Amino acid sequence: MSVETALTVEGLLVSYGGVPAVRDVSFDVAAGEIVGLIGPNGAGKSTTLHAIVGLVRAQRGEVALGGRSLRGRSPEAVARAGVALVPEGRRLFAELTVEENLRLGLAARRENGSVREALAEVFALFPVLEDFRRRSAGALSGGQQQQLAIARALAAKPKVLLLDEPSLGLAPTIVDLVFSTLAEIRDRGLAVLLVEQRAQRTVALADRTHVLANGELRLQLTPQDAGDTDKMIAAYLA
Amino acid sequence: MSVLVASGLGDFVRDAVEPQVQADAIGLGAVFALMAVGIGLVFGVLRLINFAYGQLVMAGGFALAFASERGWPVVAGIALCVGVVVGLSLAMERIVFRPLRGQSPASMLVATFAIAFLLQSIALIWFGPLGKNATSLVELNQPMSIGSVEVRKIAVVSLVTAAVALGLLLLLLNRTAIGLHMRAAALDFPTARLVGVRANAVSAVAVVLAGVLAAIVAVLLTVQFPTVTPTFALNETIIVLAGVVVGGMNRLLPATLGGFAIGYVSGVLGGALPTNQSQYLSSFLFLLVIVVLLLRPEGLFTRGGHAVERV
Repeated sequence: MSVETALTVEGLLVSYGGVPAVRDVSFDVAAGEIVGLIGPNGAGKSTTLHAIVGLVRAQRGEVALGGRSLRGRSPEAVARAGVALVPEGRRLFAELTVEENLRLGLAARRENGSVREALAEVFALFPVLEDFRRRSAGALSGGQQQQLAIARALAAKPKVLLLDEPSLGLAPTIVDLVFSTLAEIRDRGLAVLLVEQRAQRTVALADRTHVLANGELRLQLTPQDAGDTDKMIAAYLA
Repeated sequence: MSVLVASGLGDFVRDAVEPQVQADAIGLGAVFALMAVGIGLVFGVLRLINFAYGQLVMAGGFALAFASERGWPVVAGIALCVGVVVGLSLAMERIVFRPLRGQSPASMLVATFAIAFLLQSIALIWFGPLGKNATSLVELNQPMSIGSVEVRKIAVVSLVTAAVALGLLLLLLNRTAIGLHMRAAALDFPTARLVGVRANAVSAVAVVLAGVLAAIVAVLLTVQFPTVTPTFALNETIIVLAGVVVGGMNRLLPATLGGFAIGYVSGVLGGALPTNQSQYLSSFLFLLVIVVLLLRPEGLFTRGGHAVERV
């Protein structure tokens, strides 16, 4: 059985003021797969995500969803095509309620359906959000906010989920919850691209993990490499 | 001297609390509140202070005068007014605001200045400096009795119209998907786009709503000032802009309250100042604006610098 490729990135080049931040980056993510993207600060991880969702313009290369090019599309067009981003720092609408934030996630939903059903789906995955649905997002704890950010992205029923450092600043127990949720999301058949600083955990979870350094892909790791501390250190210092 | 000041102040207070002065002031406050909502909506979504808002009201006024001079029914005149103002608003959004989205606030402000003076110049060429008369609804200036108090009908009509318009707007913002998208866009436009909110749709809806409000303001203002000239509503726009800043322009509710407050104070000063001092109205008003801004630079009606909701 062939696995359907959801997201393809091919020869991506992104520069800021003539200085390349991402150079000739190519990878793909299939449905039901988590692909990790790790590397030191400034390696170009977030820039890669931003280029995929149309927040920054790529000078060269191709980004495609299910074979259809996303290049040059606006962020809202990319979201409506089926790519959802959980941004670094969550970027929730702190003054809106939990439910309103989730309803905003429905803006990118391609299929019609009842709002109630859509909310029920995300509440099943994140029960705590149902308890706090009338609370403003800014009043939630960091862990709850991260769950809301992921739930908002999932409410759109995307084909591809991109996450930019979802464990940043979270307590270890919440990090566990986030990673187990990602495994569950993968099992539901979603394609997941995970950018993370927690290298070992990412390598262990992802089906494969690319190491990005100075804007270039340097190495590919598999879950078996997660226990090889020397290899992990070498990869990070590459 | 102190007796004279006390005596003058006493007269001012006595006149200020007159029911007719209060009714007119509240009516003017309501009209200014509508203008403030229009300016606040566009600022909330586009981060743009639309200095040309007054010229939209002016265009609506000329549309009403056009209909009035030809003896059109009142409803047809109002429909023309709404059509002209909304059409101009959409043209502004499509030709100027949308291409400038994301540019510096200074660029956008200068662009709205340019539009304002362009529209004013066109009105001057088409209608001349003396303008036209819009007289279809002037009978609303007649007094009506509420209990033992006589007030002008337009004061009541302004208040009711503003309350209904603001109520409908609140329903739209709080109970519909496009309203939620507009609120999100006003809070954080880039993130709203990331989650799939259509930038062009929300900015067009904001501009159209502001246009409808400008048309309503045109109808209400032409009742009180039937002669429509190229500078029609210019002073009011400047006063309302000050009111929006005084209220707190980052949020719709404080901005609206600011518009109402400055309209109300303006109405009270206009009704209670002695005739030989009425030319000082603007001086008193803007002195008050400066004092409020010095005491509450973040806005008179914001809470601790962070109001609950923007748009």
